[in-house]
Amino acid sequence: MEEKEATRDFNERCAQCSEVNWGLTDGGRFYCRSCHNVTEKITEVENTDFTSNIRIQTVSKGLRKQEKTDGGCEWYVCEGFQFVLRKQAEALEALGVCPQMKDEVLWNFWRCYLQKTKQAYCDRPAGETVRPLSVCDSSTDVDSDPERLSLLYSSLSESEGDLQTDCSFVSSTSKVSESTSVRSRSGSVDGSLYLMKNPKEKLRMTMPMTLSFCYMALLWVRETMTLSELLRFVFEGHIPYLNVFQHFPEKMKLRGPDIKIFCVESWPSYEEVFNKMHELAAFLDLPRFPDITDSCFLHPDMLCMKYLMEANLPDEMHNWTCRVVKKTCIGEVDFLTLVPGNKSTRKVKYDVLAAAVIVVTTFCVLLISFTCSQPKMCMFYSDGPYFELKKWYKVLKCTLDVEQKKLDERRAKYLWRCEKPLFYSAKKKSKVLKRRQIVVNLQNQFGRLSGSVQPAEKPNPSSFQLSWSEENTDGSCFHGHSLKGILQEKRGLLTAMNPRYWLCTLKLCNEKLCGHLAHYGEADFPQSYHFVLRLFSFLLRIEPSYIHDEVCMIEHKLFNKKLRKKTKYKTGPRK
Amino acid sequence: MRFQFCAITRVEPKCKELCLSFIQDAMLQKQWKRAAEFLTFYVESLEKDFSREPVGASEIIWRIGSEILRHHPDSSVKEFNTFIEPMKTLSVKRYLKVCLEHAFYLLHNGLIDEAYQNLSLAESWRFGEQTVIQDKELKLIQAYMGLLDYYKWSKQKNILLEDGKYLSVEQEMHSCFRKAAVNLKEIIKIPGVWDQFVKCYVDMLEFYGDHNEARQVLNEYAYNPKFPANPNAHVYLYQFLKRHGESKKSLISVLKILHDIVPSHELMIDFNTMLQKSKKRKRRRLGLEVIFTALDYAGCKENVKAWSCLARQVKQIKHLAWIKQEWNSRKDWWPAFHFSHYLAKKNWQENESLSYEKALVAGILLGRGNTKFSFLFTT
Repeated sequence: MEEKEATRDFNERCAQCSEVNWGLTDGGRFYCRSCHNVTEKITEVENTDFTSNIRIQTVSKGLRKQEKTDGGCEWYVCEGFQFVLRKQAEALEALGVCPQMKDEVLWNFWRCYLQKTKQAYCDRPAGETVRPLSVCDSSTDVDSDPERLSLLYSSLSESEGDLQTDCSFVSSTSKVSESTSVRSRSGSVDGSLYLMKNPKEKLRMTMPMTLSFCYMALLWVRETMTLSELLRFVFEGHIPYLNVFQHFPEKMKLRGPDIKIFCVESWPSYEEVFNKMHELAAFLDLPRFPDITDSCFLHPDMLCMKYLMEANLPDEMHNWTCRVVKKTCIGEVDFLTLVPGNKSTRKVKYDVLAAAVIVVTTFCVLLISFTCSQPKMCMFYSDGPYFELKKWYKVLKCTLDVEQKKLDERRAKYLWRCEKPLFYSAKKKSKVLKRRQIVVNLQNQFGRLSGSVQPAEKPNPSSFQLSWSEENTDGSCFHGHSLKGILQEKRGLLTAMNPRYWLCTLKLCNEKLCGHLAHYGEADFPQSYHFVLRLFSFLLRIEPSYIHDEVCMIEHKLFNKKLRKKTKYKTGPRK
Repeated sequence: MRFQFCAITRVEPKCKELCLSFIQDAMLQKQWKRAAEFLTFYVESLEKDFSREPVGASEIIWRIGSEILRHHPDSSVKEFNTFIEPMKTLSVKRYLKVCLEHAFYLLHNGLIDEAYQNLSLAESWRFGEQTVIQDKELKLIQAYMGLLDYYKWSKQKNILLEDGKYLSVEQEMHSCFRKAAVNLKEIIKIPGVWDQFVKCYVDMLEFYGDHNEARQVLNEYAYNPKFPANPNAHVYLYQFLKRHGESKKSLISVLKILHDIVPSHELMIDFNTMLQKSKKRKRRRLGLEVIFTALDYAGCKENVKAWSCLARQVKQIKHLAWIKQEWNSRKDWWPAFHFSHYLAKKNWQENESLSYEKALVAGILLGRGNTKFSFLFTT
């Protein structure tokens, strides 16, 4: 930034305090650093490149040094994350998410976070208490040095229009930059400091947390994207996550600790992102989120409809899922809406919940196990075919196996390295480059020996992974099938032929103690159950045990009365 | 079945493990192109090895890559050479091993000179401490160089025998001999199984008339307790002694040990023949034991010579007690093992002389009337 040069020539005394200590606002106006008096004088200096959406710039003198040997400049870790978030938000917008999510919601959350973690927007430099022994010149006090930055602040209540007010980053890493060892090295200014901080303290930002931010914002605007979908898009490459730091502006160079911070070595798990999101919401003191009503996409009724279609189950089942939802009260607004910090309510995983409802309904309504013999009735009535469980199973298993294999191959072929090789230190540079060359040569050699293999295409972003069309003549689409073959008319109402239902578990565990409500063991359940869980595990890209937890939870709500009765008597063998 | 559940949690190590399993499946099914395809995605592990395997990525890639290149239809020696060179540099600790395997590959493809060049290059490698640590591989490299020198020597020898004596040929032969001898002598000092090396070394020594050294080498190889028990060692020693007309006594002592180690060895027949002719009672007794023991094993079941030896001995022998002794432990199971009705028929159809010899033995051991072979005596 050419602030130094721009203000260098301006030697007028400030009208208010008579000092000659000028800085530049975002709008390019001169302002007095000592008393924050903004003048009318405007400079033609352009804004810096990488923060065009959010006007945050480092104002302090002496911190922005662009005269590095590799053309880099100083930057802070949170700027890096900000860049990542911006890219992710843009990708989401490209996928059809409303712009409001990016422009308003996400940025407000981010600003709030920066403020709370005292990395910006506050009047105290963050990390003041952190004194790394190796680099700190501890005698220097921030306030005593007039050259040091002074800060302005903005509160969360400010509307976007006030973004023009000055705000800057502050950090006692200004001390760090004084030490020669850091000055000569490029990369983020506070990278090593960042890693030294106690990770539990103040929710230190990580790459998976960027997804937590995104999800939080999506939830706030009640977008039609579940967490499992978000993570799937990340895996499919539609949302930048892996190696996104490669697209940092040229001047933001990565070295050493930065690599550890920004370089991802594994996919984030659903649980991780989900839990962090809740922690974040509580940490930011967010109010109750906008209500999830029955017209929202995230409501179990809506999600069930989607998943029923995807799982190729008859549309008629939707009536039954709605009934289950109603009976268990999981469709209530208060149950579904997120209230940050409320520890008494269970955190809702909308997608898993909907899947679990379908599982319960399937086993409740459609007979217990697939081995039960089908009623010997004419399968075709004048009003269309009847749903046959066995046929459904065959079709789905076939498809699932094929899709699973494709997914496994895609995972096996995933390339993790980035275009530009990274090195932790200059010493290792030559070794890294040599390795890189060897890898490239090997890939070329064996690539030739692979024969003519088409490169794996990036799948188009789609909400549905499996689709079934009624136009298919092979009859593999079950949407329109009727459940009449399975249900029977009893006093004018359709009820399940087999009124018995086996319960997954008689007693739920304490989730906080062992992490799960119930334990999913392969030996304990019939193959049909495993299959259905496997199907939804594939669709949601989540471990089956989590679906099993939700299933148990719903069962207990559903059969609450019966369970309470049962505990009075000696528990017999599971039916 | 393994990948029934597809959660994407902490998957990076799992991704590469998954990739590796695809490679292995393809290799087991000999789908070399598919294996090569997945290997291209695995090689980036060289840059970031996330695996939790005890074997590192570079070793895996070296071994898998070599295997694919050995079998892939579009592969060639040139491809292999291109591949193997960086593999050598990837790990200093494995340098000599990779060189050795490379040499084997070249030998397998008949490129003796290239193999020799590689080996001598490897032999001259020095890398501080590593040279000491990889001492074994170095010795192996030298041993194989010795073997290749012997091969050259042997070729020269053939020229000599065919075309006559030429000084240049002789000189070259001698230089090969010297180089080979040094290396071969070194390797056979180390306890182990060095059959081929020993044979070659002894061959050269015999050619130049150094029988003492040859005998010493063979004795060491057969009798040094530090060396693993190796029947071949005794066989070589026996053959050497026989070639040089050694006394029966020494021959017998060697074969006795072989009898103890491998009672079913084909040399037991010769042994028995030798012992039968002996004047000493003890030896003749031993001969009977040797031949009976040899026929205890399935290997000699259809060996006509073995049966004829046994037949001769039981006919001639005057000491019925000996036969009784030997037969005692066998009478329960030999009839079913050798003299069954089924075998009688089979032998008669396939091999008349075998049948005849067996019949003789059976007749004596089982008594004429009892044996299933009795029908033979009517003919």
